[in-house]
Amino acid sequence: MDITALVTGRWPYLFTIVLLLIGLYGMLVKQNLMKKVFGLNIFQGAIILFFIVHAYKHGATVPVLDDISGTDPARYVNPIPHGLMLTAIVVSVATTGVALALLIRIYRTFGTIDEKDLLVRLRDEDPQR
Amino acid sequence: MTPFPESDLPIAITMLLLFGAILTIAAGLVRRSFAWPVVLLTLLVVLGDAIAMLLAIVRGGPLRHTLGGWAAPIGIEYVVDALGAFVVVVIAAVSVAVTVYARAAVRAENPDQEVAFLGMMLTLLLGLTGMVLTGDLFNLYVFYEISSLAGYALLAIGDRKAPVAAFRYLILGTTGASFYLLGIGFLYVLTGSLNMADVARLLPTLHNNPALPVAIALVVAGVGLKTALFPLHGWQPDAYTYASSTTTAIIAPIMTKVSAFVLLRLLFFVFGVDLVTRLLPTGSILAWLSAAGIVVTSGMAIAQRDVKRMLAYSSVAQVGYVGLGIGLANPWALTGAVLHILNHATMKCCLFLVAGSVALHARRRTVAEYAGLGRMMPWTFASFTLAAVAMVGLPPTNGFFSKWYLLLGTIRSGSWPLVAVVGASSLLTAVYFFRLLESIYTAPATAKPEAPAGDPEAAMLVPTIALGVAVLVLGLCNSWFVTQVLQPALPAAVRLPGS
Amino acid sequence: MEPIVEPSLRPLIAILASLVAVPLIVASGRRPNLRDTWSVLAALVKAGVVLSMLPDVLAGRMPTCRLWDVSPGIALELRVDALGLVFAIVSSVLWVLTSFYAIGYVRGAGEKKQTRFFASFALSLSSAVGIAFAGNLLTFLIFFEMLTVATYPLVLHKETDAARRGARTYLAYTLPAGIALLIAIAITWSIAGSLEFVPGGFLDRTTASPALLSTLFVLFVVGVGVKAGLIPMHAWLPAAMVAPTPVSALLHAVAVVKAGVFGVLRVTGFVFGPKLMHELSLDACLAWLAGATVVLASLLGLSQDNLKRRLAYSTVGHLAYIVLGAALVNVWSWTGAILHLAFHATMKITLFFCAGAIYVRTHKENVSELAGIGRRMPFTMAAFAIGSLGLAGVPGINGFVSKLGLLTGTVQADQLALLALLLLSGVLNAAYFFPIVHTAFFRRGDGETGFAEASPWMVVPLVVTALFSVVLGLAPDLGVHAWDLAVATASQVTGGALP
Repeated sequence: MDITALVTGRWPYLFTIVLLLIGLYGMLVKQNLMKKVFGLNIFQGAIILFFIVHAYKHGATVPVLDDISGTDPARYVNPIPHGLMLTAIVVSVATTGVALALLIRIYRTFGTIDEKDLLVRLRDEDPQR
Repeated sequence: MTPFPESDLPIAITMLLLFGAILTIAAGLVRRSFAWPVVLLTLLVVLGDAIAMLLAIVRGGPLRHTLGGWAAPIGIEYVVDALGAFVVVVIAAVSVAVTVYARAAVRAENPDQEVAFLGMMLTLLLGLTGMVLTGDLFNLYVFYEISSLAGYALLAIGDRKAPVAAFRYLILGTTGASFYLLGIGFLYVLTGSLNMADVARLLPTLHNNPALPVAIALVVAGVGLKTALFPLHGWQPDAYTYASSTTTAIIAPIMTKVSAFVLLRLLFFVFGVDLVTRLLPTGSILAWLSAAGIVVTSGMAIAQRDVKRMLAYSSVAQVGYVGLGIGLANPWALTGAVLHILNHATMKCCLFLVAGSVALHARRRTVAEYAGLGRMMPWTFASFTLAAVAMVGLPPTNGFFSKWYLLLGTIRSGSWPLVAVVGASSLLTAVYFFRLLESIYTAPATAKPEAPAGDPEAAMLVPTIALGVAVLVLGLCNSWFVTQVLQPALPAAVRLPGS
Repeated sequence: MEPIVEPSLRPLIAILASLVAVPLIVASGRRPNLRDTWSVLAALVKAGVVLSMLPDVLAGRMPTCRLWDVSPGIALELRVDALGLVFAIVSSVLWVLTSFYAIGYVRGAGEKKQTRFFASFALSLSSAVGIAFAGNLLTFLIFFEMLTVATYPLVLHKETDAARRGARTYLAYTLPAGIALLIAIAITWSIAGSLEFVPGGFLDRTTASPALLSTLFVLFVVGVGVKAGLIPMHAWLPAAMVAPTPVSALLHAVAVVKAGVFGVLRVTGFVFGPKLMHELSLDACLAWLAGATVVLASLLGLSQDNLKRRLAYSTVGHLAYIVLGAALVNVWSWTGAILHLAFHATMKITLFFCAGAIYVRTHKENVSELAGIGRRMPFTMAAFAIGSLGLAGVPGINGFVSKLGLLTGTVQADQLALLALLLLSGVLNAAYFFPIVHTAFFRRGDGETGFAEASPWMVVPLVVTALFSVVLGLAPDLGVHAWDLAVATASQVTGGALP
């Protein structure tokens, strides 16, 4: 398995991995809670991209039946991952919505969405930590 | 006999919970007090359905239902065996108990959010029961996320710090779910299918594919995070401590256990025992991490002064038993693990209900503040004592028997350090529970002028007592459950001899 | 000659008699007379049922009650053989007397929380009889641990700091012992596939390696030896003397500690058996451990000024006599051991009853304060004198008979060093008891003279037990046929016969 074949043949997957790592970096390293949400989105996006990339076929079109391509499966990309990822995107949106709602709540209660400041304010409130 | 085919029973549960949730919110918008009866009614019907389902399966074998008529493996199907049905019965029963309790509790703690709370509760149960019932890997992801989202919302309803804990859980939980999704993505690439039975059939032909260990690792990590397996448990103590008492009472006993059950399903029914032990030492890693988790978190529980936080760490330790049993993968250990799912659900629910009652009714939260409450709230603490004794693992309570099977499993595996861990963990648990019991029954009560004396109202007391009694009954009757329900549902390779 | 199994509900009724009394006692907490009637009634019913089985056992039948399975393949089984009957008779008959004594004591000493006291007592006795009638190791363990839990509130009773420390020590010793026992039983099940008690043992050299069998024996000895007070696991017994005297009298001189030595008898005679013990030299090791305990306990007892603590150390020493007899596993030593289980009980309970009566009447706890008390409380001190003489092995009192059996047993086993040890211990017993009697009668005390006995509730039971000791000393087989039962068991287990 030489490197050039890996990069030229499978570069979409490598790109997915890079995105994944960027997302993880965002979630773990960044202090601002909003940036963590961004990281989460990128992370989820990377996984969605993974599925879509896998569904691809050379020279195929979107998985909607039309008269030109007929019923030949090789003319359409694999529809199943696309269907699954529609659901996954919805999940991602819903999760982001909940995350943002939580952030609003946190901001209103504590006045900050920076993790370091937040921990300080939490500790001040809770004497037995 | 049912007027509709038995194979519709599983999907009926999902439909009931889904429409129940919508109806609850609708009713609640008309008038706040209409929401609770809808929830109770829904859950009672679900409980009846679950029991009917269990009986049907015990009589006639596993039930299959294909959604929308699309045949598997392309279509999504529900596959329910005796074990899954039993888990659903447990979920339903515990939820009914918590719902009865919730009426008073939610009104006392978060009255403004009552309708949303109750609606979210049904959504949570929708997700959890779906996870147990489904036979499709992606459908599992969908239900996983449904239950997680409802969980984040529920956990955020509590005291001031609850949203922070919920946010942390959201980040970690979604990461876990995404790992799971990636894992099943790998499986899809390898096998072309997402149906559990289909994948199980196809995997043995792919033994040497290097992508398979990665898939297994991702899936286990993903589900393991929701199970709060050590060291992926970090989100749990904060989440449980700051959430409202009802939330903790329903999430703690059920959510992590359902995830543990799903882990068991995936490891033994989809991947297969052979693959799991040979390819990656998944079993050993799981067993040793769980053992470490048991010891570390029990130790942390001893160090806690807030009772709910102590119980939260205790929960992580108890899930460790389940993880240990699954990891050892021999018949006795598995029996212990699955039995512990049931047992811990009853014990922990009872304990959290008491913690909630005490926080609401008597306004006390720390071990020191619990002093002398034995006299003031006798029935509540009688149940607490039973559940605590069960957690320590003293006979004839149910906690003893799951430890007994786990011990047999660790002996079978030949690993003496693990035997010592199971034994020592009882002692660690005894430290923090007996310390609390001693304080409850012998110390003079610290005066709290605004807190009334006596047990809380019946709505909160009856479920507590019922669970306390269940602890004893389940203990004495455990063998029936093991031989009649558990054994037939396990794959033949991991059944007890003579089943 | 194999006893004939006879299905019967009586073993179960014997256990349930006091179990049923527990809720009745709790419910009548506000009416002391009714509540105490329940206690006495339960005791009488229990003793009656137990004694009713005596003719059956003497005729060679074994009332058996097999309940349901509590683990696949292991049932909750009650079996009344000669050994079990001896322990059960001792516990239940002495409980009748203790009930009366306790009523007098708690009312005289003005103890609070009497309901909890009597309820725990009833539960403890249920557990003790359950231990006596256990037909297999798992049933034994269940009741053994129940006994620990039931007696904990009794040790904690006074709720002073000393009581709390004593109770914690109690748990710190008994809970780890329970774990050791649990592990031992789990290993036994794993290697032998059976847990049923068989006279002569069911383990042999082919079951497992000598190393494993020896380790197993050590675990068993730790498990039951803590309750049996073997050094170095004895420290809880003096610490538990903080409990009210009826507790010390019945439980820590009779029920709990005898449960421990009963366990030793079961393990050595019905699990391991004489042949295996001899092959692995386990008999010698245990015998020497017991011998060391005998001497050390006697020496430690000499230095105690607190009367109850002195009695506690004496108990440790005498329990070691029984373990010694059990370890030597020959006909005479076993006969002596079983007789001593019963006879030491009557003597020791007399002494404790006296200590309690003295405390209630004069608030004196220490030996150094007892000058002249013989004149004020002649009945009490006369009974004390009888008990002391018996423990020292003076002929005419039942202690002599059991000691003779033990001495003959050491000769039969060719262990003359142990013979010397037992004789020495007799002398030491005299050394720490006779001065008390002497001071009580022949020294002049301070303050008043004149008759001042404790209430009849307390004095009558102690006179009765003292009389038991004398009568059994002159005719050991009278009444409950202790001699016959002991010899029957000894022959069954060791395969030998008395000449």
